[in-house]
This record gives sequence, C-alpha cells and structure tokens, in this order.
Amino acid sequence: MSAALPSDVRLLDGAFDPAALVAAFARDCPQAGGVVSFIGQVRAEADAADPCEALELTHYAPLTLPGMEALAADARGRWALDGLLVCHRVGVMVPGDPIVLVAAAARHRRDAFAAVDFVMDHLKSQSWFWKREKRAGQWRWIEPRGQDHADLARWGGA
Amino acid sequence: MARLVFLGRLADLAGDAPARVAAPLDWAGLLALLPPALAQAVAGPRVRVAVDGAVLADKATLALAGDEEVAFLPPVSGG
Repeated sequence: MSAALPSDVRLLDGAFDPAALVAAFARDCPQAGGVVSFIGQVRAEADAADPCEALELTHYAPLTLPGMEALAADARGRWALDGLLVCHRVGVMVPGDPIVLVAAAARHRRDAFAAVDFVMDHLKSQSWFWKREKRAGQWRWIEPRGQDHADLARWGGA
Repeated sequence: MARLVFLGRLADLAGDAPARVAAPLDWAGLLALLPPALAQAVAGPRVRVAVDGAVLADKATLALAGDEEVAFLPPVSGG
C-alpha cells in the first residue's frame, strides 16, 4: 500500500475547476476506497428583489493560508485519511462561481465524510476571510452568522 | 515605522488613517493616532490585533518596537 499524500492546501486568486481537481485527487489516492468532496459556490438568487451581483473575499496573507494548513493538519490528526485537498478562492466572484473545494480520501467512507464536514465548519467560522457582496450596485460587508458558530460547536469547541 | 493594515469593513473606515506610525508605541498611543471613528471601531471587543502574523491574546498588551506589521482583524464572515 502506498503512503498517504501530504495535504494539498491552496488559496486561489483566480477561477478554478473543482471537478478537474477532484478527478486528479482521486487518481492520486488509488488506495482510498472513498473520496468525499464538497464544493461551495456563489448562490444565484434569480427570484430575489435585489439578487447578489458579486461576492468579494479578502484575506490576510500572514494568517489565512497558515490557518488553513493548521486546520488541515488538525483534520489529519482526527481521521485516517489517504489525502486531503482544500482550495479556497479570494477575490471577486459572481453567482455560480466555485468558492471552496474540500476533498478527503480515506480507506473507508465515514472518515472522509467526517473530515470534509469538519474542515468546512471550521473554514466557515474560524478562517481569516472577510466577505462583502454587491446588491443593487452597492457593496456591503457580511457579518458572521450565528449558525456558523453553532456548526462549530458540533466538534467540541475545537 | 510600524505598518498598519485594516481588514474587512475596517478598511472602509481607514481612508484617513496613517499607513505607518512611529514607534515605540503602546495600544493607547496607537489609538490616539487613528481617526476617532476608526479608533472606536478597533477598540471594540470583537476586533483582534495581529503583530507580524501573530494574533494577540489581549490587544491592550501591544508594544511596538519599530518595524512590525500591525493588522486589525474584524470578525471573520466565513468562507
């Protein structure tokens, strides 16, 4: 059996193709029996009175990628994974654009499901990203959601 | 001179703020150099402060010697 892959953690400032990345990741983890992936994308709100026209994510280089790498290491310590891929966009995106991709490969599926769920809950609530959206031509900063903190509490306050 | 970086919504308030400040400087001294609305915002309990990429447990302990980068971090809004 080949060794597990090191975690692949990326901060991206341009468009990316999650399907191609997941396909390559799965090929690179042939020993894994399961690959779980989550893709987050900018919501299209065609029926809303003032739909979101654009979303901008900003980061702070000294903290954001190191924080994502620490999160990946935390997940690797909790579950037996053959590989972990974490890709997050920054910059301006429009509805339909992918924002985040998390994929985990494991010998058995439950470890992969749990690791992706854990990484997403922490990315949403604890990672160093600031988000604003443009509606009716006006940019507005997005405040944290209470639900994100409730999601985090599922993992025992980690 | 220490460099100041304002993230998220704080960037919108930072138009008149200095980009660099002379050190040595403590937290109260730094607040005194900022425009009042910005000083009030960064003094709020939910704004964290990082010096050279390390987040301070208590921003009131800030002590700048000279060449640091100080980042003001409002609550994150989730990825």
